Amino acid sequence: MKNLEISRRRFLQGSGALVGALTLGGLAGPGPVLAAEDFQGYPDRFGMLTDTTKCLGCRICEAACNKANGLPPPEVPFSDQKVFDRKRRTTAGALTVVNRYRGTGASAPPVFRKIQCMHCNEPACASACLVGALKKTPEGPVLYDESFCIGCRYCMNACPYTGLAYEYNDPLTPAVTKCTMCYKRIKDGGTPACAEACPTKATVFGKRADLLEIAHDRIRQSPDKYVPQVFGEHEAGGAGWLYLASVPFQQLDLPDDLGSTPYPEFTRDWLLGVPLVLILWPTLLMGIRHFNQRLGDNGAIVTAEQEVKK
Amino acid sequence: MTTRQMAPKTGFSSWAKDQILMGQTLGDYLSSLLTPFNVIAFLILTVGVPLAYIRFSQGLAATTNLSDTNPWGLWIGFDVMSGVALAAGGYVVATAVHIFGLRKYEAVVRPALLTGFLGYLFVVIGLLFDLGRPWRLPIPVFVTVAGVSSVLFLVAWHVFLYLTCQFVEFSPAVFEWLGWKKVRAWAIKLTVGATVFGVMLSTLHQSALGALFLLMPGKVHPLWYSPLIPLFFFISSIIAGLSMVIVESTLSHRIFNGRAGHHDPEKLNQITLGLGKAAALVLFPYFWLKAIGVMHSNSWTLIGTPMGRWFLVEMLGFVMLPCVLFLVGTVRRSVNLVRFTAVLTIIGIIVNRLNVSIIAFNWNAAERYVPRWTEIAITVTIVTVGLLTFRWIVNRLPVLREHPEYPPEH
Repeated sequence: MKNLEISRRRFLQGSGALVGALTLGGLAGPGPVLAAEDFQGYPDRFGMLTDTTKCLGCRICEAACNKANGLPPPEVPFSDQKVFDRKRRTTAGALTVVNRYRGTGASAPPVFRKIQCMHCNEPACASACLVGALKKTPEGPVLYDESFCIGCRYCMNACPYTGLAYEYNDPLTPAVTKCTMCYKRIKDGGTPACAEACPTKATVFGKRADLLEIAHDRIRQSPDKYVPQVFGEHEAGGAGWLYLASVPFQQLDLPDDLGSTPYPEFTRDWLLGVPLVLILWPTLLMGIRHFNQRLGDNGAIVTAEQEVKK
Repeated sequence: MTTRQMAPKTGFSSWAKDQILMGQTLGDYLSSLLTPFNVIAFLILTVGVPLAYIRFSQGLAATTNLSDTNPWGLWIGFDVMSGVALAAGGYVVATAVHIFGLRKYEAVVRPALLTGFLGYLFVVIGLLFDLGRPWRLPIPVFVTVAGVSSVLFLVAWHVFLYLTCQFVEFSPAVFEWLGWKKVRAWAIKLTVGATVFGVMLSTLHQSALGALFLLMPGKVHPLWYSPLIPLFFFISSIIAGLSMVIVESTLSHRIFNGRAGHHDPEKLNQITLGLGKAAALVLFPYFWLKAIGVMHSNSWTLIGTPMGRWFLVEMLGFVMLPCVLFLVGTVRRSVNLVRFTAVLTIIGIIVNRLNVSIIAFNWNAAERYVPRWTEIAITVTIVTVGLLTFRWIVNRLPVLREHPEYPPEH
């Protein structure tokens, strides 16, 4: 009997710990142990810098990306400039696209901007994913692994940019598609296909910290040429992809209202409230029930003696 | 009553005739199915079932207007967001009866629980249509906890646990139908625990559906976006639950008159008035919380825009007006006004969920989402199958009436 008691208690303790771990997230795996919550990210991580003042709109980066990722042939051939007549976004078949924008002033030349995943420091998509399919790698790229993806597309809505697309045409194995910053190539010491192909070095690859310095240097050296902001330095907690431009970034469809708060922060407070409700609600509700049971049908207090008489 | 008592002793075929065919022969039963409602339901299914086949064989692009810019459409906005809110009746009434001891509402607990359980079940079925790989839905619950920091991870777990919970709460009715007395006695003992667990789960996942949108500050219109949006979703689910119980109990007692045991209209009227009063009491703070949300985000300036006027329609026409009408209805003891207001409130909750997820979502994007007719047809089909299931169960199980062999126990 004694043994049975102990084993029952152990069982209860064990299952309590399991429920606690599940609800509080203790089973999420060891993960990195960080001393501070405002961890700034791995210092040597890679990034990209696109200087839109150098971009000619040749779409060679699009073609290189298409080839490197084995994508289907484009809707409009890469040599056709008519493609700029309408705005495009990334799709399942195109991980990066270049759009044309009006420059400032009537006779100003057009400005071209390349779109792709921004590889955020603290990605909204990764915090949205309920199966952990999206991850920020220590090397810098944000990667998607389709092996557990259920296809809810919450990541796409959470993304403040237009970085993610979906294979809506695939009935059986649809997946999210996104730029990988050519993860395999950079792991092998190479350069992402778009940066390698760019004839004007408008898009370059390097360590994010170095690229930030280069970007700020360019602004310092030509203050008339650039707006004094490196887009991606602080936006939504900072991104791996940085932009320089001669016109306000809003004009290039880069949102100017993102602020510097990393998106995962927006759901943090609510998630912190979850264990509170899990623990306090049952106590509170059982307490209310306990006191209500002492009240009769008409609300009169039923004393212990009256209850015995019944 | 004698045949019912005899049933378990005379074998399965007799039980089946009694409990599945409702005491008729197979031929009589089949010919009794020829009703106008069934004809309409049949026509809906002849359209919906082939469309469902197309959805799963040819993919989302073949049946929806979903796009990379608008990844969520009607199946999330209506089937999931509105569906979960409207299925809140189960936890609201169970709390009133089992926690607050308001025994008066005992009569509507079972239909509310059944509506809640089926509501969630059909939310999940609707979700299966929307997911890219629906057969992977069990992954976040049974395979990996890698997404533990996601609000949606919590929703997945909670909907799974809450479905179980509601089944436990409703199961005494199933066991009474099957005649399993011992199992029923066990299930009754679990009721209070399941209710408390269910309230906790509901608090969290009703608000979690709102919390999903916390990650989309640039996409949800500022008048609807607020850090308080989880609270809005939770409180409005109570309103939705109360209104649904009013409408559902009214309809049930009219349609299933013969199944409602000793049908007592006066008792139902008292319950309806009480639920209406409760709804008014929750709508009032909800209105002010929403107003504070707008003040907090300082987006009053947008009230003059078309979206702002639409926001006012929601706030005044679907929150303030129902609040006033519920009050007038309870003070004047006008049951019909309370019933009408409940319908208005339900429409208001659906309008709110569609606003947050579709109408005021991506409001400034060049590409706006409008559902394709096939999306609407599949949604209508799912609702129809839900109603048919509800009717099938109410006609057989002791939902609207007490089972003669099992007196209520307190």
